[in-house]
Amino acid sequence: MSTENLKKTPLNEVHRSLGGKMVDFGGWDMPVQYRAGVIEEHMATRTRAGLFDVSHMGEIWVEGRDAIAFVNSITTNDVTQLVDGQAHYSALPNEEGGVVDDLLVYRFNNEKLLLVVNASTTDKDWDWITSHKGDFDVALTNVSSAYCQIAIQGPKAVGILQKLTETELEPIKYYHFTTGEVDGVESIISRTGYTGEDGFEVYAAAEHAEQLWNKMLETGKEEGILPCGLAARNTLRLEAAMSLYGHELDDDISTLEANLGWITKLQKDDFIGRDKIAELKETGLKRKLAGFEMKEPGIARDGFDVYVGDEKVGTVTSGSPAPFLKKNIGLAFLPPEFAKVGQEIKIDVRGKRLAAEVVPTPFYKRDK
Amino acid sequence: MSNIPENLRYSKDHEWVSVDTDTAAIGITDYAQHSLGDVVYIDMPRVGDKFGAHEAFGSVESVKAVSEVFTPIAGEVVEVNEGLNDTPEKVNGDPYGDAWFIKMKMENPLEADGLLSAEEYEEYLSNQS
Repeated sequence: MSTENLKKTPLNEVHRSLGGKMVDFGGWDMPVQYRAGVIEEHMATRTRAGLFDVSHMGEIWVEGRDAIAFVNSITTNDVTQLVDGQAHYSALPNEEGGVVDDLLVYRFNNEKLLLVVNASTTDKDWDWITSHKGDFDVALTNVSSAYCQIAIQGPKAVGILQKLTETELEPIKYYHFTTGEVDGVESIISRTGYTGEDGFEVYAAAEHAEQLWNKMLETGKEEGILPCGLAARNTLRLEAAMSLYGHELDDDISTLEANLGWITKLQKDDFIGRDKIAELKETGLKRKLAGFEMKEPGIARDGFDVYVGDEKVGTVTSGSPAPFLKKNIGLAFLPPEFAKVGQEIKIDVRGKRLAAEVVPTPFYKRDK
Repeated sequence: MSNIPENLRYSKDHEWVSVDTDTAAIGITDYAQHSLGDVVYIDMPRVGDKFGAHEAFGSVESVKAVSEVFTPIAGEVVEVNEGLNDTPEKVNGDPYGDAWFIKMKMENPLEADGLLSAEEYEEYLSNQS
């Protein structure tokens, strides 16, 4: 199988040596799982620690006098609320109030922000952001290929990472970050993640990727750390009811519909699509994201139809077994009157309509 | 390297067949379970259902995907391994033993002779990649 045209992270060889089953993920040659398999990788992250290569994500610096004003004008969340060393989850809206991408915004100082965007949309986002620069006094740099990013997640993650750095990790609050050395390598150390577990994401220069990865695996070995592929990454984020762009968010989906009103600050200064989003809020949502659980044996998959009675009312945006919860779960956009906890629905699973029920999200929440 | 027991017959769709007079037990091979990954659910037919050779009789699901399963021989379902869905991981751990999916009364008890031998299946696999 030719992987010539696929992009590779600096850890590609390492994934193969670990027995990674490689697949094409949005143009990237990535491991969907390793030898242990999805379920073991998922459970390792929930009970011990999991290691994830997320180097394919994109990174964009926004620097200059108007850094905050500029990013505030192109995102839904309020950048003026951030302090140095703090990050927040946000979205890049389009003029129609849909979403170009979801992202993290990191504030280093009042003239330096880092945007971390999805791998499959990095180019799209770069074009979008640069084309909206206008008269803002900012310098934009796409450093995606210069950085590697490794996530270490799970109850043992912080303890393992602490062995590799003098930086005190415990005091770093959730969604805060600092710069420091990890195994002697200059890094951004961020208490963020996409699993619903405690842990960190480490950004460093791409040439140090193998060193950092191998060191984290080695150091975490006695705690039972496992390398985790994209399949486990998906089941983990689904249990935590975290959105995936292209599924719960898209060019024609508003943050309000995706239950992301909490990152949509209509009261802040004007931003792209603000009026359309405010209008949607006024007139009322036509659909709302809901979490559901299968009540009969069977697994809901992405794209399956959702019924209430004999009427098709929506589609599954993400559906899968939930290894930790030992249930089959999913997310779907439903008319607001059906998006209520307890609502009985049916999922069309390859011709059979199987019973399911709307449940509260997140499906899984870690013990603090 | 795939595990391929000598005493079974095989299909190109990666099912195995174990014949006892005129009853055939059917499951999926080591190669199939390895390709699928962790099995989480098997959609079984019902006792009494009839299938022709190469017809899909159900499906096996992993975390990421669904695959149809085909019966290499024609017959009627006389037993379904319902308990397998309590421990679907058995399909990964021991695909040839307790992880049979169904037992069929064969329409033609000699039909299995026309399937691949262990040696032929092994050769077929090596030509796959």
